[in-house]
Amino acid sequence: MFGDYSLGDLGSIFVMQGFAGLILFSVYVLMALGLAIIFGQMGVINMAHGEFMILGAYVTWMTSNFFQAYLPSLFSGYFFLAMILAFVASGALGMLVEWVLIRHLYKRPLDTLLATWGLSLMLQQAYRSVFGAREVGVELPQWMLGSLHVTDSIEVPINGVFVMCLTVLITIGVAYVMYKSRWGRQVRAVVQNRIMAGAVGINTEKVDRYTFGLGCGIAGVAGSAFTMIGSTGPTSGQLYIVDTFLVVVFGGAASLIGTIASAFSISQTQSTLEFFMSGSMAKVLTLLAVVGILMLRPQGLFALKVRK
Amino acid sequence: MTDNRFFNRSEFFGILVLAVFLVVVLPLTLDVFRLNLVAKYLTYAFVALGLVICWGYGGILSLGQGVFFGLGGYCMAMFLKLEASSVENTKIQSTPGIPDFMDWNQITALPLFWKPFSSLTFTIAAIILVPGIFALIIGTAMFKRRVGGTYFAIITQAVAAILTILIVGQQGYTGGINGMTDLRTLKGWDIRPDHAKIVLYFFEVGLLFACIMIAQFVRHSKLGRILVAMREKEDRVRFSGYSVANFKIFAFCIAAMFAAIGGAMFALNVGFMSPSFVGIVPSIEMVIYTAVGGRLSILGAVYGTLLVNFAKTSLSETFPELWLFGLGGLFIAVVLAFPNGLAGIWGDYVQPRIDRLISSRKPKPDGWTDSSVADGAPAE
Repeated sequence: MFGDYSLGDLGSIFVMQGFAGLILFSVYVLMALGLAIIFGQMGVINMAHGEFMILGAYVTWMTSNFFQAYLPSLFSGYFFLAMILAFVASGALGMLVEWVLIRHLYKRPLDTLLATWGLSLMLQQAYRSVFGAREVGVELPQWMLGSLHVTDSIEVPINGVFVMCLTVLITIGVAYVMYKSRWGRQVRAVVQNRIMAGAVGINTEKVDRYTFGLGCGIAGVAGSAFTMIGSTGPTSGQLYIVDTFLVVVFGGAASLIGTIASAFSISQTQSTLEFFMSGSMAKVLTLLAVVGILMLRPQGLFALKVRK
Repeated sequence: MTDNRFFNRSEFFGILVLAVFLVVVLPLTLDVFRLNLVAKYLTYAFVALGLVICWGYGGILSLGQGVFFGLGGYCMAMFLKLEASSVENTKIQSTPGIPDFMDWNQITALPLFWKPFSSLTFTIAAIILVPGIFALIIGTAMFKRRVGGTYFAIITQAVAAILTILIVGQQGYTGGINGMTDLRTLKGWDIRPDHAKIVLYFFEVGLLFACIMIAQFVRHSKLGRILVAMREKEDRVRFSGYSVANFKIFAFCIAAMFAAIGGAMFALNVGFMSPSFVGIVPSIEMVIYTAVGGRLSILGAVYGTLLVNFAKTSLSETFPELWLFGLGGLFIAVVLAFPNGLAGIWGDYVQPRIDRLISSRKPKPDGWTDSSVADGAPAE
């Protein structure tokens, strides 16, 4: 399959596909970060994670429309406000869902899967009723359009670079919150031993609620970033949910570094393969490889502790 | 009627009631179109039945039952499609004698893996064996390495995603997103007219009862008790010297084979097979049929499937907007409030009243849930 290309061409192909893979990587990381917190730390299988992401995307879309209509002079900066709003909206919905639904199901992880799947169906229908079945796309501000010329044969789009920078910042932020802050310590304490954590004075119910809210809020930010590179429809979230779960499981559910490493390897494999064969076959081969490796190494790439 | 290896006295009455309902009441009260709809719903009941054994008794939640449903269905559909693509039927194609979608995709000869499907014997064997062996491979790989619970659910889901993408992508070999349509005859017998639909319905009900009997047998055997023990405390069963993995593989394979029979009947009854019955969404819907019926109740699986599908058809006909809210709400309500589904409601509320009514006249209890098994929600 390499026969028809010269060495220089191949180099450019790998760089360009590598960059496309990096954008996919950013989306995976952003979605998987929230899920790694919810699934990896709390053990809740949140099938509605994609819908929380889409909520963030719709919030971004509404913000951009609002700025276009009422504050056109500030339009170039609307995205930063939209991201905060997306985080707040998804996080608030997440905390509500935790209070109504999830807190009754912590001892039955497989049932959280069914209940959150039901939730995802309802949210999808709600989006369809409110925003319509058509996909919507946001208007990008001027400075995000266009692309950077690196060499003659290599060009990288600016919005892609922006999404990647955002991913790096959010990842650092999450890592800081989880591993350095007082609150992150409480979260990890509750995960490791709920009873003991309660005994030393941590309000475990409150920690659960905020943890779930944080995971959903990050999904909202992911959705916000997602609008930069694609359009949003009521069922867009469902397309990514299985991939995201595979990313989290492949990386080793409780490991942040594992999540990032697995998102990187999956997205790079897929986008490199995509150049040489049809998109569907690239996806099939990537998923097969992931499932195959998981069968050989069920604990994932970076296992921190024993499962169950 | 004395107790035997298939059912006890109360279960016998439950099966009898279901048999009368499916064989006498429905055919007499419904027209052929509605009866064919019931036949379509009942194909899912096979899947739900398998899930009762695998999920309810074994505690293994598979979110990839659509894969086996699809494999069974595609095996059947390949046979029917080959028969519908005889040389005289397809003489307008540039290559006569091959299925139409292959011709549209510039394939000029029948692919090798299609060739054995011109034999009905091979097809019937394949309907059972292909999904069975596939489940055996997945099950062996997963359970021998002690992957279970949520991890297993996620990986089966990934398998469902892979198979869907593969079928949609390989249009020339599988018919792509449209699937295999225009299936006409089975060994020269036209499956499309009304009387054929009725014959197929009764055949399917017969198969369903055969599967119910197998499920009852498994449940009453020592095997069924080990499955339940395993679900409750896997380690203790392992320490007692049982090979936990092998029992799990068995439950998973049986569920896969039931699903495949359902899929094959689907292809016969509905007259087509497409990837939209293979993927993640239908697979999870099949789990909800079991959950609504009661994950521990074999007969509940059949009632649950019929109820959810009737609700789906009538709601989506009249209020298409409401249907997803209804289905989503059903998921949440069943999980939160009724973990044992219809069978649980029956066992907790209806049956005690009937018992009281009957016991005032005669002393024997009646009903179709086995309270020794159905007590309490399963611990996961």
